[in-house]
Amino acid sequence: MAETEERLRRTMMFVPGNNPAMVKDAGIYGADSIMFDLEDAVSMAEKDAARALVYEALKSQDYGNAELVVRINGDDTPYYHNDIKAMVKAGIDVIRLPKTETADMIKTLEADVLAAEKEFGREEGSTHLMAAIESAKGVLNAPAIAAASDRMIGIALSAEDYTTDMKTHRYPDGAELEFARNMVLHAARAAGIAAFDTVFTNMDDTEGFYRETRYIHQLGFDGKSLVNPRQIAMVNEVYQPTAKEIANAKNVINAIEEARIKGSGVISMNGQMVDRPVVLRAQRVMRLAKASHLVDEEGNTIEK
Amino acid sequence: MEIKQTALAGTLESSDIQIMLSKGTDGITIDLESDVEKQFGDQIRKVITDTLAEFDIDNGKVKAVDKGALDCVIKARTIAVAQRALQTQDQPAWEAF
Amino acid sequence: MKNNVNRELPDDVMAALDYKPYETTNIGNPDIQRVAPSVHVQTGDDKLVDSIEDVVKATVKDGMTISFHHHFRNGDFVFNKVMRVIIDAGIKNLTLAPSSLTGVMNDMVIEAIKAGTVTNITSSGMRGSLGDFVSHGNLKNPVIFRSHGDRARAIEHGDIKIDVAFLGVPNADKLGNANGMDGKAVFGSLGYALMDAQYANKVVLLTDNLMPYPNTPASIKQTQVDYVVQVDQVGDPDKIGSGATRFTKDPKELKIASTVNDVIVNSPYFKDGFSFQTGSGGAALAVTRYLRQAMIDNKIKASFALGGITKPTTDLLKEGLIDRVMDVQDFDKGAADSMHTNPKQQEIDASWYADPDNKGAMVDQLDVVILSALEIDTKFNVNVMTGSDGVIRGAVGGHQDAATAKLTIISAPLVRGRIATVVPDVTTVVTPGDSIDVLVTEYGIAINPKRKDLQESLGHLAGVPVYTIDELQKMAAAKVGTPKPLEFTDRTVALVEYRDGSVIDAIHEVKD
Repeated sequence: MAETEERLRRTMMFVPGNNPAMVKDAGIYGADSIMFDLEDAVSMAEKDAARALVYEALKSQDYGNAELVVRINGDDTPYYHNDIKAMVKAGIDVIRLPKTETADMIKTLEADVLAAEKEFGREEGSTHLMAAIESAKGVLNAPAIAAASDRMIGIALSAEDYTTDMKTHRYPDGAELEFARNMVLHAARAAGIAAFDTVFTNMDDTEGFYRETRYIHQLGFDGKSLVNPRQIAMVNEVYQPTAKEIANAKNVINAIEEARIKGSGVISMNGQMVDRPVVLRAQRVMRLAKASHLVDEEGNTIEK
Repeated sequence: MEIKQTALAGTLESSDIQIMLSKGTDGITIDLESDVEKQFGDQIRKVITDTLAEFDIDNGKVKAVDKGALDCVIKARTIAVAQRALQTQDQPAWEAF
Repeated sequence: MKNNVNRELPDDVMAALDYKPYETTNIGNPDIQRVAPSVHVQTGDDKLVDSIEDVVKATVKDGMTISFHHHFRNGDFVFNKVMRVIIDAGIKNLTLAPSSLTGVMNDMVIEAIKAGTVTNITSSGMRGSLGDFVSHGNLKNPVIFRSHGDRARAIEHGDIKIDVAFLGVPNADKLGNANGMDGKAVFGSLGYALMDAQYANKVVLLTDNLMPYPNTPASIKQTQVDYVVQVDQVGDPDKIGSGATRFTKDPKELKIASTVNDVIVNSPYFKDGFSFQTGSGGAALAVTRYLRQAMIDNKIKASFALGGITKPTTDLLKEGLIDRVMDVQDFDKGAADSMHTNPKQQEIDASWYADPDNKGAMVDQLDVVILSALEIDTKFNVNVMTGSDGVIRGAVGGHQDAATAKLTIISAPLVRGRIATVVPDVTTVVTPGDSIDVLVTEYGIAINPKRKDLQESLGHLAGVPVYTIDELQKMAAAKVGTPKPLEFTDRTVALVEYRDGSVIDAIHEVKD
């Protein structure tokens, strides 16, 4: 696990790496993470150009507080090593490896990244990693992949390749993804990293998008990969805590504060002991409430 | 460095710049077409020339069609076209990045 | 001399044309005198004329002022038909005073200038080849740009004295009763043309659809009309609709539109009975859609929508979310059809809409308006007239007029391509910063520091970062770099009037 402080990763917006207009504007939509794509969104003939474009954009553009991710080309391509070097040199936050099938692939990536950090004088260990799971083998190895490196911050399901591998395709009810989603999610939780759900590409099916997002929210995913900025507001809406959840979380936070002031090791609320999972959930609710602008930095409810 | 082949990078989409680089003998010559020529023509030429200098390209003909690209895009496209013209895209010149 | 928005104005031109520099947005309560047209008395039995040639021969003389309306926009056939005849007749030194000039008229205007037929122009705007032609100093006398409200004011004052108005209509009877709603080339409201019909000495209608007498409803009345000319076609119905009529899918436009909606909904003006104007274009349509949802969610209805009307606005009327639509022009066929069928959609003339010298104009009652900008500067002054290269490519339209609303929102991207929208100084001031309250960009908003009350209500909106206008300008400059200053000659090619008839800026010949 790469970080101690958990950050919100509700939305990971895909940005085609060779499209200057989209690369330039990627920061304005409020995505928690921006994922510049050097892989599937870029044709073979443009791999070099996209790499240079994303590099120069990362070096010059202000993307605010968003976590910056690059999906590099796989280790079975001639672009893999140069993608790593360019992105490490550019100071990317996270490198996402596509089609991850084994923990060894992550270990190799980690070594390649470390070498690049040394070559370009970047702080060792500062480049984080995440894995995209896109096959049956990857799903079955997900727990080992998620735990393969201290640099890992997340693991994502990529349903298009996965369903093809499974000799099926995507259905509206998502039954074909049930096992994979749960495997990826459990692997992530066991390793203490984030879990990202797959993309939903039909922009005209708003209802379907909401249905799928509510479902993965219920399962416990941190968030979703997105193909269009218009989906960001919809995901945030689903992840927005209710007024009741916020009120409850505030009570828990207050109880923690009270215990701290009293110097008591035991946190109690309404005469009952508050245990650690409740505290963690309350903290996450408050983080989500702040991100949804429902409470201010001090946790006070913002009047609408 | 010697240009080995005529190369092209970038597109004619909005916010992009398409750059063609071919052999030349008379230093770097730039034929620029841009809607913002009046305001940014000199700056665009400077970014292209400076970036080519990073590749030690002293002679070459540049034909650029600009669609409102920012400096970072112009630099990225110049890097791409230089590497393609030198046939070195598999061994990027990291110092030029 | 310099005016109150710090613009250097050419003393010689100002003196020659007897102009005052712009001082204030405040119109005050002066007493003014309106003019009246001359009337050639007749019973009306002989108005039908066979050809444009005959009516031009009977009405147009050297040195006169002639006018047209632009309701057909780029589907207009009337302007070119009439101007062809006027040029061929060898008439010289005309002042061209249309409500505006659209692209389809450009070639003919340039030909008329070259032939000496037209030597003066006043218009809301001009674009394309004509803007380029004028910006390169090819018209001797400066063009006078006026807003729609200012044109109405100038006509009523006699500053524009129209000798002959050539008005295309999709229907008319033999005495000249006409409207914009029936026929093939329908455009709905005749709002701008109604000024010409009321004040021109000679009014010539051109139509391709002669109706049985009496033709009702009559927007233009037989009491105003001298001649009716039947032509084969007044316009191309497919090219009358302007701009985007489809809901934009551009995420950046949607982001701006949703922020505009946030600003409106959280302003003190968003309450039952409020009024608004949105204009045309993809982003404006998107705002209307967001606003619709906000009105439903908050159980708020609008008393009226104003100005140039689009179908999304008339849909709100139909839905009962707006009580009245006050319609000076229709941007699409849906809006035009709605005026025909919905009695709550009222046709208004340009004076009623926006003339400042009035016993009350609609814009004076307006709560919220969303306007666009080519540039806006750190004093909130807005340019909708000249491009980043200094060339004329826009129109005042109703910008200055509608900006008198209680909440004037400028909706514009921070940068377009490599051109900053937020700049230290606009190329041409069209609407003074004193009229502008909030700028909305894709990065956040800026509130005019003069509006302390809005700083309060809009300063802490969820997901809407607030910057100073200087901060937004610096952000834009950091993205695009600093452009080389434009170069102009001393030659004045156009003056931009403020809506009260003073001069807010001068446009100079570009140096290439």
